[in-house]
Amino acid sequence: MTKIKGALALIESLRCEGVKHVFGYPGGAVLDIFDMLYDAKDIEFILVRHEQGAVHAADGYARASGNVGVCVVTSGPGATNTVTGLATAYMDSIPVVVFSGQVSTHLIGNDAFQEADIVGITRSCTKHNFLVKDVNHLPRIIKEAFYIARTGRPGPVLIDLPKDVMNAQVLFKYPEEVHLRGYSPTYKGHPGQIKRIVDTILRSKRPVIYAGGGIILSNAADELREFARTTRIPVALTLMGLGAYPAGERGFLGMLGMHGTYYANMAVHESDCLISIGARFDDRVTGKIDEFSPKAKVIHIDIDPTSISKNVKVDLPVVGDCRNVLTDMLALLENRSKDVDELRREIEPWNKEIDYWKEHMPLKYDSSDQLIKPQYVIETIDRLSPEDAIITTEVGQNQMWTAQFYKFNKPRLFLSSGGLGTMGYGFPAAIGAQIAFPERTVIDIAGDGSIQMNIQELATAVQYSLNVKVMILNNCNLGMVRQWQCLFYRKRYSHTAMNFSPDFVKLAEAYGANGFLVDKPSDVESAIKEAFKIKGPVFVDFRVDPDEHVYPMVPSGAPIKNMLLV
Amino acid sequence: MKHVISVLVDNEAGVLTRVSGLFSGRGFNIESLSVAPTLDPKISIMVITTSGNEQVLEQIKKQLNKLINVIKVVDYVGKDCVQREMVLIKIQARDENRAEVLRIAEIFRAKVVDICPKSYTLELTGDKNKLGGFIEMLKPIGIIDFIRTGTVVMEREMQGGGVEL
Ligand SMILES: Cc1ncc(C[n+]2csc(CCOP(=O)(O)OP(=O)(O)O)c2C)c(N)n1
Repeated sequence: MTKIKGALALIESLRCEGVKHVFGYPGGAVLDIFDMLYDAKDIEFILVRHEQGAVHAADGYARASGNVGVCVVTSGPGATNTVTGLATAYMDSIPVVVFSGQVSTHLIGNDAFQEADIVGITRSCTKHNFLVKDVNHLPRIIKEAFYIARTGRPGPVLIDLPKDVMNAQVLFKYPEEVHLRGYSPTYKGHPGQIKRIVDTILRSKRPVIYAGGGIILSNAADELREFARTTRIPVALTLMGLGAYPAGERGFLGMLGMHGTYYANMAVHESDCLISIGARFDDRVTGKIDEFSPKAKVIHIDIDPTSISKNVKVDLPVVGDCRNVLTDMLALLENRSKDVDELRREIEPWNKEIDYWKEHMPLKYDSSDQLIKPQYVIETIDRLSPEDAIITTEVGQNQMWTAQFYKFNKPRLFLSSGGLGTMGYGFPAAIGAQIAFPERTVIDIAGDGSIQMNIQELATAVQYSLNVKVMILNNCNLGMVRQWQCLFYRKRYSHTAMNFSPDFVKLAEAYGANGFLVDKPSDVESAIKEAFKIKGPVFVDFRVDPDEHVYPMVPSGAPIKNMLLV
Repeated sequence: MKHVISVLVDNEAGVLTRVSGLFSGRGFNIESLSVAPTLDPKISIMVITTSGNEQVLEQIKKQLNKLINVIKVVDYVGKDCVQREMVLIKIQARDENRAEVLRIAEIFRAKVVDICPKSYTLELTGDKNKLGGFIEMLKPIGIIDFIRTGTVVMEREMQGGGVEL
């Protein structure tokens, strides 16, 4: 076996991991890697315009495809630009591996040109990170990084690569197995505990399922649907869980929490048995903790033991992979068909009560033929988009309205920054999703504020002819912040008016893309159709009603049954 | 409530910051910390004393376990164990109190590790209470310098307690 350069060993490792796409941006410290990428025809490199965009794109790629998203960036500023992307992926448990350049080992710690202690900086926003000090460790570390990123509770991993290590020679052999003494995720749930859970569920009268992103991460949507269909227990989803259960199903309650539906929040509040699966009791979901689901026995199924009883005291925990645990629960239920029939009968009044809420307190907004209502735009996108279209969002009202009014029927079609709430996420994430699925339509539903946070990626979308449609709900304001100012700060609109924005149509054209402006409700439908018809990136600037609020809304810190309604 | 926790970790650069960063990042307090390699040079042991209610401690332990470099976490609360820390005290030695210093040292079974014309340096190991008592006795005499290690801990072999010597 002959020795090869560290940079080539990196490329070979990526091949061993089956990596087909890499997002990134070059620089001095990673020149050796880029030199090797030049010849790697089997790995498509996507040159973004900002490293934050690279990580969000890799993250969108990972969320849409289920594979690990990969980035290469340079040292110093390249590396620090990844922090927001890493934190975003970390909060939502998304498998991403970032390779950052680093100054040569003998310069580390000397404030060398373009040096940053990126391992130190990203310690708290990665699942794990590595500094490779010896080229002989490189293959093992890459193997471990991918393994850590995609197993257990997934998450981002960063590998810092000093320039001299990339230049050094190594006998390349990619390890077949990983040995991490301190890391062994629990996949199988405890059988005794699962049995207790099933018993508790079968004895309940008002059960509710509260499912989150864990269902999507563990590919458990089919098992969840089977479980809900078998038992007829209604299902509420978190923002991260949208798509984990078909929006068209009878027992579907929509999203719960701060901007959850009336019926989801009421059902959770009145429940006597809350079955949480792959969700983490985020404060945006629970509202006031002491009054969250006060009558319920709380069941919590999660792969991450730290999630259990972190915020809400759990009565029956199970640590394990959602899919495995649901499969085990279904097997137990199969043997107890009489009890299941009994449960269905017992909870029928509960389901009727929920149906009543759904009928009398639906999501709604006042339509208008003068002003474009943002909710109407989203409903129209939903109606006109292909069934397998991928929707990304930015953060703010645009995100919440999408969560409320777009009907997701399958997992991995809704990509949004939940935990960190990162404005500027949606557009690069849409680019990543489009790279994963070139045949599909990808739509970023944006606010006029958010889109300007990573608008430079339009160049990337044009360069690679990506079919990304950006639907800007342009309310000339930082809408969600303005909504809070309106409701809780006596309409003192401190610095939330976006008095100046570029002409998005001209801007799209300047980048070589298409753009159009829509300011009448009657033009919304044709504009969306047109956007879908055109190949390549399109910006549609919808001038929407700036005074529209997202309702229902639970004021922060209030119990979730205390909703402000329209 | 006070807890003594031992954490077996990979003996690698940066692991200490990972652990201490976890405490600071999540608002947990470290009261004392001692770190050293174990018999296996690839593994180090950290002994951390911290405090908090049951829920906080549960989170601390789970979060520690979640770190990739953490191999094992043991909480010694309720366990029969030997706990020790060490103190070095430099104390003023004037003619009128030399004998007094040596007497206190003897009572506590402290060692004199250095003598200078104007000072004694004493070394004492023991549990928190013993060290506390020792320091209190020496304070009125005039402590010049003072340093104390974190706790180290080991579970007793016999269930139901052995004899502490
Ligand atoms: C990077 C970042 N900065 C600030 C915020 C705080 N923030 C949350 S929503 C919002 C307003 C978003 O405005 P816009 O993108 O126009 O969307 P809208 O709410 O109007 O739909 C802001 C500033 C954030 N979430 N992310």
